[in-house]
Amino acid sequence: MISQLFVLSQRGDSIVFRDYRGEVPKATAEIFFRKVKFWKEDEEGEAPPVFNVDGVNYFHVKVAGLLFVATTRVNISPSLVLEFLQRNARVIKDYLGVLNEESLRKNFVLVYELLDEMIDFGYVQTTSTEVLKSFVFNEPIMIDAACLPSLGPASIFVGYILTSEIDGTIQMKSYLTGNPEIRLALNEELSIGRGGRSIHDYGSSSGAGTLILDNCNFHESVHLDSFDIDRTLALVAPDGEFSVMNYRMTQEFRPPFRINALIEEVGSKKAEVFIKVHAEFSSSVTANTILIEMPLPTYTSRVSFELEPGAVGNTADFKESSKRLVWGLKKIVGGSDHVLCAKLTLSQETHGNITKEAGPVSMSFTIPMYNASRLQVKYLQIVKKSSTSNPYRWVRYVTQSNSYVARL
Amino acid sequence: MAPPAQSQRSPSPSQPSGKSEVTDLKTQLRQLAGSRAPGVDDSKRELFKKVISYMTIGIDVSSLFGEMVMCSATSDIVLKKMCYLYVGNYAKGNPELALLTINFLQRDCKDEDPMIRGLALRSLSSLRVENLVEYLVGPLGSGLKDNNSYVRMVAVMGVLKLYHISAATCVDADFPATLKHLMLHDPDTQVVANCLSALQEIWSSEASTSEEASREKETLISKPVIFYLLNRIKEFSEWAQCLLLELVAKYVPADSNEIFDIMNLLEDRLQHANGAVVLATIKVFLQLTLSMADVHQEVYERIKAPLLTLVSSGSPEQSYAVLSHLHLLVLRAPYIFSSDYKHFYCQYNEPSYVKKLKLEMLTAVANETNTYEIVTELCEYAANVDIPIARESIRAVGKIALQQYDVNAIVDRLLQFLEMEKDYVTAEALVLVKDLLRKYPQWSHDCIAVVGNISSKNVQEPKAKAALIWMLGEYSQDMNDAPYILEGLTENWDDEHSAEVRLHLLTAVMKCFFKRPPETQKALGAALAAGLADFHQDVHDRALFYYRLLQYNVSIAERVVNPPKQPVSVFADTHSSEIKDRIFDEFNSLSVVYQKPSYMFTDKEHRGPFEFSDELGNLSIGAEATNDVVRANRVEANDQDLLLSTSEKEESRGASNNGSAYSAPLYDASSVSAAASQAQSDSLISNLEVAGPQASFAIDDLLGLGLPAAPAPPPLKLNSRAVLDPATFQQKWRQLPISVSQEHSLNPQGVAALTAPQALLRHMQSHSIQCIASGGQSPNFKFFFFAQKAEESSIYLVECKINTSSAKAQITIKVDDQNTSQEFSTLFLSALSKFGFP
Repeated sequence: MISQLFVLSQRGDSIVFRDYRGEVPKATAEIFFRKVKFWKEDEEGEAPPVFNVDGVNYFHVKVAGLLFVATTRVNISPSLVLEFLQRNARVIKDYLGVLNEESLRKNFVLVYELLDEMIDFGYVQTTSTEVLKSFVFNEPIMIDAACLPSLGPASIFVGYILTSEIDGTIQMKSYLTGNPEIRLALNEELSIGRGGRSIHDYGSSSGAGTLILDNCNFHESVHLDSFDIDRTLALVAPDGEFSVMNYRMTQEFRPPFRINALIEEVGSKKAEVFIKVHAEFSSSVTANTILIEMPLPTYTSRVSFELEPGAVGNTADFKESSKRLVWGLKKIVGGSDHVLCAKLTLSQETHGNITKEAGPVSMSFTIPMYNASRLQVKYLQIVKKSSTSNPYRWVRYVTQSNSYVARL
Repeated sequence: MAPPAQSQRSPSPSQPSGKSEVTDLKTQLRQLAGSRAPGVDDSKRELFKKVISYMTIGIDVSSLFGEMVMCSATSDIVLKKMCYLYVGNYAKGNPELALLTINFLQRDCKDEDPMIRGLALRSLSSLRVENLVEYLVGPLGSGLKDNNSYVRMVAVMGVLKLYHISAATCVDADFPATLKHLMLHDPDTQVVANCLSALQEIWSSEASTSEEASREKETLISKPVIFYLLNRIKEFSEWAQCLLLELVAKYVPADSNEIFDIMNLLEDRLQHANGAVVLATIKVFLQLTLSMADVHQEVYERIKAPLLTLVSSGSPEQSYAVLSHLHLLVLRAPYIFSSDYKHFYCQYNEPSYVKKLKLEMLTAVANETNTYEIVTELCEYAANVDIPIARESIRAVGKIALQQYDVNAIVDRLLQFLEMEKDYVTAEALVLVKDLLRKYPQWSHDCIAVVGNISSKNVQEPKAKAALIWMLGEYSQDMNDAPYILEGLTENWDDEHSAEVRLHLLTAVMKCFFKRPPETQKALGAALAAGLADFHQDVHDRALFYYRLLQYNVSIAERVVNPPKQPVSVFADTHSSEIKDRIFDEFNSLSVVYQKPSYMFTDKEHRGPFEFSDELGNLSIGAEATNDVVRANRVEANDQDLLLSTSEKEESRGASNNGSAYSAPLYDASSVSAAASQAQSDSLISNLEVAGPQASFAIDDLLGLGLPAAPAPPPLKLNSRAVLDPATFQQKWRQLPISVSQEHSLNPQGVAALTAPQALLRHMQSHSIQCIASGGQSPNFKFFFFAQKAEESSIYLVECKINTSSAKAQITIKVDDQNTSQEFSTLFLSALSKFGFP
């Protein structure tokens, strides 16, 4: 069971602090924060989500720059506590609309109300936004229903695709009065599991229509009674935001970008970097907030850039402290090419193979209205419409990069 | 809302101690306490908020207790809730003032609104003041009978809170029995779940003193209760499902039909989006199938895909919890995951705690078919800007090299690392090359050619420097400069801060001297002189020892310091297989994340509900070695049987027991481990160690102590089909006094036959002495036996610790019937002394 639960700001101040069992010292918030802060200096790397100090176990998740922390002395399931902390943040966000330090500080009494009902004496009681509604006296205002599947491809390139995977989720945000049943229809030619075949067997992908998910899981409100027949999910949507379905696919897909990168020596203590990005998707779609990063040799002292003429919202920078090249593009229209050329001044001669001293190139982006996985919501139906309201509904597709890397 | 008037004259808002603020608040609360002016509730709300926010940041506002209580006479529910929160926090420190709150809380417990009743009851039971419990019993009793499920839910947790304040009051009011009734009859699943949580805590803690509670605790995992709950599992919230599944994992089904029923019932839980539900389900599947090897393997195949999906959905923290469990399974059954290695490739934006786990998994699944791809991938990480991960990656390549048969390609890669001219890469690679040469001396030629080019000035890390020096000593005949490099290092003796490096330097100079005496003589003299003057005790002692050895006889010195070596076949594993089994038994707990069994990081009472195996585990903690390094070679045969290593032990605990997950006791491995770790760095010590046991045998033989005559068995008869469950064993072991405690010498045949615990276990069984728990690796074994007098209920319990290198058995016997303890002891020793004879 959970002994204490608290939320800390980025600077380590307690915004809410609830002690459920009085079994661990009061000073845990300071102990925790010091440990996390100095983890890097002491032990290399980021503090893991679970650690033990003097017999007290600390669990934490980072959400919106806040640290949600639970403590216990008991040998509990770590997954249970971390899932709960994440859900706890989600529920708070459902109530506050926006989750950040300011909204939390302004509503901390409301958050206490939630924490009191979600856990009693260390045991989780409920995390359902609508059940909690009757215990919270700052009535939240909820109006619209929305549904946005977002899909994240992860790829690594070495000239050819080394490995690529899509981790997708159908995310639902629902504030329907009366919690009616909702039906979501997915692609009919959807199959789950890759029986017998090796998961990374790209060569023999089946017919173009079939969509193969390696595996998926569902929110507990989802009924799968007709899923096997017509690929429909039925659910009584709880209030707030949640994942209806998570899925994973390694079926071959066309990655949205192709990256070519090159670094070469050009004379003594000089080198050049070329990066070319080609957008593989159709010109009706535009990617935005693109960021491309590349570690340069540690002995790079100066970098000058040549950006494309007439480029708008196109920036390039050399981060001296981390020896990284950072190239940002506001927008990339489908089908287009973009090139960056950088001239490096080095503080010493190279050891011979400069390629080994730089890279890999990583890229992050968001592509609205683009669906890398081809998994679609064919329709979203509210089975019993209430007579008084005609709810809004919309479906949105987003593709987000997760780990998109091109090696040199 | 109007800002409180106080804010204008607040002297210094930045002052954190808040003394004057608290005084201000006190004045204002007093002013408002009696007021009935319109809008007074709003002003109170603002003040209360302030109090709560001070409380949150740790300012002591307990001095406001009286004023807060005075202000709480209100119908405003927001105020009420803030007041409850405040009172709950400070009542413990102000028992007299807490009494003031009882009145209004008791009144609220009878409110019309079930929510108010619930809130008041929760606050009343959260006061944590012992002399107020009399006021709690009544409202709790009515709360448990309330027609509103929210109030019952709160009341059940209230009973548990009461138990923690005053166990006697709780038990005297017969609350546990009421909870048991609710658990089996209440229509609301959260009430049921809370009853289960409360009863687990109460009965686990009562069980140590009460037979009845101990029986009640057992009924929680009896068939009717388990199936009643399982059939309703889908009605429970996901969190309560975790609780039920945790309970089901403790249940021992009567037959395989039951096992399959449970698994079919829970099959769709594996598709749940909540990782905690999935892991709890997996634990049930793994525990249920422990004794069914083929089904157990199918379970591994079945859970792969859901686990991988959980790893890649959710936040990094959630996926870390799942990945830790996947890591445990991969290390246990690498061959099942060997085709999934690409899932363990690191993504550049993953936190380092995730990458570290993935690297270990890649190392574990590497086999003949995928090694090339895996090592290629790891080499990419080695050039990574993230230095800790780059280091880990190089170590991973080295580990793969040490576990493979065909290392051609890997050796080349390792040598390329040495040429990368990055200090940390060179350092890691040197340590690896040294280990590699100890296993594959045939590669010495290729490796030495590259190592010879490394300037010792570029190697600063002690471990790497020690490795380089070891190679200089070991291969001094193949490295032209060896004597001169060693000489140079000896000249800088005083600048060398690491004692480990100086120790290695002494040994290396000695080895070099035996091979190339004229060139090394000068360095040797300097090294011995510096060593003798060294302030570090070990360095000083080693120098003195070498000096005297050389004085005595140079060729004997060479045999001691530089004997011909056997290549190391398997390097010591960091964890013993008992520890791994124990962690596996504690699946879906922190043990998996920390990679330690719970007794290593948790007090006994906090190891979680239903930890039946505590006692058995505890018995051995005293002897537990914290040093996990154990002798090499010893676990070679374990690989095939890791997956099911508990199953054989499972069988030995008797068919009818419905006890808990089994945990093998652990025992002291420190004597060997010290030797083993030394052996890695110094051949000298390991040589002496090897001579040890033989020498002691010889002396035993000379003195005629080694072979005690087997005494004739006495007329005591034992029940050959005795049965005892672990819980009873533990309880008896705790309660009974020691009847016999003695040391007994083993004959050499017995020692020779004791290669694994199972051998002795079967032997004793043939003498009607059953084993309930065993464990160990040569030379330390530990057993718990029991026996039952024929046609009587009288039980004998034995703890038997055997050290095969000293050929001694330490025996402790506890018995129900003291009159027969000597007879039993004689019988036990007689059985033991026959071990090893056909």
